[in-house]
Amino acid sequence: MREYLLIVIGAVLVNNFVLTRFLGICPFLGVSRKLGTALGMCGAVIFVMTSASAVTWVVQHKVLIPLGLGYLQTIAFILVIASFVQLVDIAMKKSAPKLHGSLGIFLPLITTNCAVLGVSVLNIQLQYSFGKALLFGFSASLGFALALIIFTGLRERIDRAHPPRAFQGVAIALITAGLLSLAFMGFAGLVQP
Amino acid sequence: MTSILMTAGTVGGIGLVCGVALALAARFLAVKEDPRIAAVTELLPGANCGGCGYAGCADYARAIVVDGAAINLCAPGGQETLDRLAAYLGQEAEAGEKKVALVLCGGDAGKAPRRYAYNGVADCAAAHAVAGGDKICAYGCLGYGSCARVCPTGAIAIRDGLAVVDPALCISCGACVKACPRNLIQLVPVSQDVHVLCSSNDKGPVVKKACSVGCIGCRLCVKLGGDAFEMDGFLAHRRYHESLDEETGDKAVDKCPGHCIVRRSLRS
Repeated sequence: MREYLLIVIGAVLVNNFVLTRFLGICPFLGVSRKLGTALGMCGAVIFVMTSASAVTWVVQHKVLIPLGLGYLQTIAFILVIASFVQLVDIAMKKSAPKLHGSLGIFLPLITTNCAVLGVSVLNIQLQYSFGKALLFGFSASLGFALALIIFTGLRERIDRAHPPRAFQGVAIALITAGLLSLAFMGFAGLVQP
Repeated sequence: MTSILMTAGTVGGIGLVCGVALALAARFLAVKEDPRIAAVTELLPGANCGGCGYAGCADYARAIVVDGAAINLCAPGGQETLDRLAAYLGQEAEAGEKKVALVLCGGDAGKAPRRYAYNGVADCAAAHAVAGGDKICAYGCLGYGSCARVCPTGAIAIRDGLAVVDPALCISCGACVKACPRNLIQLVPVSQDVHVLCSSNDKGPVVKKACSVGCIGCRLCVKLGGDAFEMDGFLAHRRYHESLDEETGDKAVDKCPGHCIVRRSLRS
């Protein structure tokens, strides 16, 4: 139990994917202008990262390792994740058009995102079992969602505060992201890896 | 040699399995879509700016084809896009409706009190820079006339510490929209006469202290007027591309507890 709790806290707070590992910065900056879109993105990321953890774990342990091809990890993972997300996109469009309407546009954006590949590779490096890999994928994406929602809230307020012209837009967003990352560094050491 | 074949075979195999799965999915799970939606999306500029009020060009294309939305809402595309759309859909190319500037604040001197006497440069940006402006309301019109000074036709007057646009003189150039440091001015279609004259995103109690005609974020107008209003945090917005019938409009004006929804004709 303790072990699982540590995985969750470790992935959400201590080694936050965006703010400590610096993975998935692209959607972090790209869709953090409005809370509505940010929430849609969070849903899509949670879904993709969790399911990608499961799929890539199976590929690694049932296909690549038995064949002694562990070094093909990166290329095989990208291939599998990209097609898997595409497949989910098609299936979702057919069976759950409402859900597709809110998540659909974000799915292609994160198919080959570094956060998704990162979580898959880390699962293997940390030698997690299938269950732990699934949990790690889920909590890593929760960490992403937490960071994105905090950041969106900050950016919405900053937009209304009229920063000096030189700082407007991406400049102030990057400074804010840096400060937020510094704040999250405060969690370092809470969980020993 | 074997290891090369193994590697190529494995990656190829994974690719093949994924490819076949995708091909099957595309074949059996395909959703039939009106082909005109894709064609109209192609005709739009693809800027995905959301200026039309929809979530992007594809969404707007869907609205045009499925819901029969007006084809003249695309500002970046301009006349050219409008002509192409009209030709494709066999509709009349009707130029977009005239818009006029409207100051989304109703707090004049009597309604929105000030917290200190500002006697610096008579400029809104300068006043805003001194501890966030002299008005208690951090969002409202400061009334130092930055917008009036940039207006090429002199359509903006400051009345009682509040900028007011004369629709008859406004040529919808948008200069005032850019000049206002508090982003209070919006270009509004002239046919619309019900407006939310408040831009304060503060919570109700804070707004009430700052102004007697402020939006307290009660959502009542959204409940009454449906699509014609929307909430952004604690502030109601009028969605101008949705029409609002006379009766519902009157109801919203009457019932608004903040008295910030008003009926004001913009026709000259």
